[in-house]
Amino acid sequence: MTATMIFDVLTGIFTIIGVFFTVVAAIGLVRLPDIYSRAHAASKSATLGVMFVLFAAVLHVYVDEGVFDARLLLGLFFVLLTAPVGGHLISRAAHAKGVQLWEKSLQDALKEDKEKGIE
Amino acid sequence: MDLLHMLIYVALAILVFAMLLMLYRVVKGPTTADRVIALDSIGVALISVVALLSILLDTTMYFEVILLLSILAFIGTVAFSKFLERGEIIQNDRDNDL
Repeated sequence: MTATMIFDVLTGIFTIIGVFFTVVAAIGLVRLPDIYSRAHAASKSATLGVMFVLFAAVLHVYVDEGVFDARLLLGLFFVLLTAPVGGHLISRAAHAKGVQLWEKSLQDALKEDKEKGIE
Repeated sequence: MDLLHMLIYVALAILVFAMLLMLYRVVKGPTTADRVIALDSIGVALISVVALLSILLDTTMYFEVILLLSILAFIGTVAFSKFLERGEIIQNDRDNDL
């Protein structure tokens, strides 16, 4: 078992984990009942999935060329930073537009804060 | 064709299937915010597809595409959410900013 084979196995494992999380995000987008839970599925699970796949690519490039590619690491960091922010922004816009929560939801803390005049 | 390449072909097929599921949410809605979130997820999944393709083709030329796709997906989501909330994207009246 050479070092290249070990890195190939690691690349495969990270790819499988990343694809799994992306599929979980897609199922969550289809199955969950309202926009806020869907945003939760999309912003967390999809981000983790793409980070695992990008890390697999980082390992593969490291085996091939002996360097950690800065563009991939930058992309990884950028996705980590921006995807949850985007999910938060769109949920906030939906709440401001008055999109209803799921009827079995227990609490709407942003609405309570708006009524108290904090937000 | 070794095992890693076969695995990546299968992973690409599964990713395309996941993107089709997200496309269902884009078509179905029911609100605009749902569609924007699903489009954002499609962009993120597209980044994974490009990364897997660059592993498959043994090239580093596609990594700029990854950066550009992530930036464009984020800018698009921010612009859409601002448009939904205020009805305009570029605000000239800075006194009424949040």
